[in-house]
Amino acid sequence: MNVDILKTVAVALSIGLGAFGPAIGIGMIGAKAMEALGRNPEAEAAIRTTMILAIAFAEAVAIYALVVSLILKFT
Amino acid sequence: MPDISIKAETIFNIFGFHVTNSYFTSVVVVLLFLGVAIYYHKQITADSKSNLFYFLHFIIQSIYSLFSSVLGDKVVIFFPLVISFFLFILLQNWFGLIPGVGSILLNHVPLMRGGNADLNTTLGLALISVSMIQFYGIKFLGLRLYLKKFFDFSNPINFFVGILEVVSEISKILSFAFRLFGNIFAGEVLLTIIAFLIPILASFPFILMELFVGFVQALVFSMLTAVFINGAIAKHN
Repeated sequence: MNVDILKTVAVALSIGLGAFGPAIGIGMIGAKAMEALGRNPEAEAAIRTTMILAIAFAEAVAIYALVVSLILKFT
Repeated sequence: MPDISIKAETIFNIFGFHVTNSYFTSVVVVLLFLGVAIYYHKQITADSKSNLFYFLHFIIQSIYSLFSSVLGDKVVIFFPLVISFFLFILLQNWFGLIPGVGSILLNHVPLMRGGNADLNTTLGLALISVSMIQFYGIKFLGLRLYLKKFFDFSNPINFFVGILEVVSEISKILSFAFRLFGNIFAGEVLLTIIAFLIPILASFPFILMELFVGFVQALVFSMLTAVFINGAIAKHN
């Protein structure tokens, strides 16, 4: 295998595997927020804000993988 | 397929200072931001106010009520900081989506590039944000009490928790910078690639999505700053 093919595989794997965990995490956050909203509909504003924050934290991990793959791809 | 460069490119030099395309766009956005601010300030004292003023006022007021749910009654002190972050990042993100930004070439280099699609800009914003968090922490708790959070020699567990706190402050800078940069740069790459895969109409839904992403990232950045400030000024134990 030559280096270019390995590099392409590395790019695909880094974002593919890196998106795996955050996807599960964001799904769980969304599901739990819906559950909380169903139990306590008047707390919608507070739940929405904390949910967006928690999603941002989980999504940051995917963004790290994305930055790694972008650096691998374009440098 | 156009070249995609991960770093901002130099468009011209002034006395050895490289003016990059991201820097140029940031300057334009800052001037625009200044114009809007001066307009708002002029209108707020005028007798008859324009419709644009009421629109701006509505936006600022809804963000104010959003932040007052996080910061409580201290929102008055921190609102200037977080609203500046919010509006500046929002304008920069949306300015990068205007047609012409990235497509007008000057010596084979795009004349403009979204300001937040350059790691230096987002790193600067992250450094400001984290240093303001430390500043407010020291101001509200006092230097002794604030440093006690990081260097606590009362027992071994607290000592290691302090080390973790130091690491988490440093990682805040990295996560702020990379989150904003990654989202905006990925958006630009996505739009470029979609436009070259399917030239007609296909990029329209993606531009709408990027508008939404730009808004959410501005909100997340300022909201995280607010939450971290709230954590830094809280008294422990």
